[in-house]
Amino acid sequence: MAKGIWIIVEQSKLEIRKVSLELLSQGRIIADKTGEPLVAVILGKDVTELSQKVAAYGADKVILVDDDKLAEYTTGAYTSVLNKLIRKEEPQAVLLGNTAVGKDLAPRLAHRLAVGLASDCTSMEIDEESFLTFMRPIYGGKAFAHVALNARPVMATIRPNIFPLAAPDDSRKAEVVNEAAVIDPADLNVIIKEIVIAASERPELIEANIIISGGRGMKGPENYSILEECADVIGAAVGASRAAVDAGWIEQKFQVGQTGKTVSPTLYIACGISGAIQHLAGMGSSKVIIAINKDPEANIFNLADYSIVGDLFEIVPLLTLEFKKLV
Amino acid sequence: MNIVVYLKQTFDTEAKIALNSSGKIDSAGVNLVINPYDEYAIEEALKLKEKFGGEVTLVSIGNERVQEALRTALAMGCDQAILVNDPGLDNPDEWVKAEVLAKAVSTISYDIILGGRIAVDDGSSQVAVRLADALNIPSVTSILKLEVEENKATVTREIDGGTEIVEISLPAVLTAQKGLNIPRYPSMMGIMKAKKKELKVMSLADIGISIAELPGKMNTLDYSLPSSRKAGIKIAGEVADATRELARILREEAKVI
Repeated sequence: MAKGIWIIVEQSKLEIRKVSLELLSQGRIIADKTGEPLVAVILGKDVTELSQKVAAYGADKVILVDDDKLAEYTTGAYTSVLNKLIRKEEPQAVLLGNTAVGKDLAPRLAHRLAVGLASDCTSMEIDEESFLTFMRPIYGGKAFAHVALNARPVMATIRPNIFPLAAPDDSRKAEVVNEAAVIDPADLNVIIKEIVIAASERPELIEANIIISGGRGMKGPENYSILEECADVIGAAVGASRAAVDAGWIEQKFQVGQTGKTVSPTLYIACGISGAIQHLAGMGSSKVIIAINKDPEANIFNLADYSIVGDLFEIVPLLTLEFKKLV
Repeated sequence: MNIVVYLKQTFDTEAKIALNSSGKIDSAGVNLVINPYDEYAIEEALKLKEKFGGEVTLVSIGNERVQEALRTALAMGCDQAILVNDPGLDNPDEWVKAEVLAKAVSTISYDIILGGRIAVDDGSSQVAVRLADALNIPSVTSILKLEVEENKATVTREIDGGTEIVEISLPAVLTAQKGLNIPRYPSMMGIMKAKKKELKVMSLADIGISIAELPGKMNTLDYSLPSSRKAGIKIAGEVADATRELARILREEAKVI
């Protein structure tokens, strides 16, 4: 009996995260191959209007849980609601984006369901026995583990920017089901005091298509403005290496690497980054890598697709000018 | 205030990864360290102990090599350690680890359980959160700031694009993000004292678990290494020309701009 592939759709202020749309796009492909329905599950407040969008990206069915208590994400309430829904409907698979919310929610939910969880996966394959198997980078991307889960639902968090977005089809229709938010009182155990979203027009690092990163070669915090100028011309996020973060030049949340964020953008521009193994672990899966470094022996050149040996303080502003002509 | 720190020993982040003859990750000759994020957890635990008194207990799962990491943490100032070392725990999954840890801490009194937000080896970010669920207590992940008073905590945590401040009642599980504090180094005195501190090695039977009753939920089918990228094209010439050429390539050939 078909029980479905569930995508837990992440939204904030009624904006659906890009990774959720990527999962719906890939979920559609798996649904077509396996004959399972694709189900989008949306928790939040006043989320009904999101139904058409997830239908356009391939959902056959939308489960909406609309409640004041779900207006902001909290671990306990979301775990409680999803645990009950999953136990009731028994889907084959439950997939989430490997975002701050996904990383916080998925392990808690998996444990509540007494199932396994494949974290931060970069590919999945249909499998006769386990329904899906997953590839997940380990040691910061220096190796891969191919894993199978032996309980149902199979659960995984999927890294953003891995699966391509499908072209939305607004003529698609989905069955929409409203479910009540049933929350165990014991799960209402966190009070949100304040949420501070840094005002930035730039994309979130883990979801950015283009990242321009600066390392030790940036020489100081004041010089990141040249990367920011370039980033804003091409719609990029700004990143940094551990050396730059440890020097206090830029906030830790911008760090790319084994002890920072793992990213896989379409284009990664490394400026003044030597290419320490722990940095490469965090960005080695980028589709195209550019290196700009004045040290011709820098390790980053060993994996960059295109590189210029030279002074980033000369090259980056020139590159910004060239990009301005193109966009 | 009694604190438990879940510690994991990991490969050094500078370690190169290779597979051994049986296709598993080769740990021979690799430098082992305390998982870097667990160091923030240890430091935070020690700061709380200094402020409120009480004891810091380390718990870990692994083989005898893990004792070295535990001794280092004891030298930093933790009071005692429990190591669950059992042949039944060969490459346990996150479900199994959380259940084992829940059992191991069930005999200790604790107000806070701290761990790292991720381990740099398997990178799964699961065990501490699962432990909270097994113990039926709140979890807050990726914390950047912690203030404790009486039996509640105000915690600043990292979220995508910003931060969030939450209030929880204790006991709770908290996972440490870089930026929470700057971990101390063990002092000479600390290292001397650590030798005399209790490091209890326990088997599954000691903590009352039969591995037959605790099957894993995840199997690793195989391990592989990424296909190594090759050095690409170095664009030579005058800086202005090279830059123009790079922009052209990105637009026309790579089609990424």
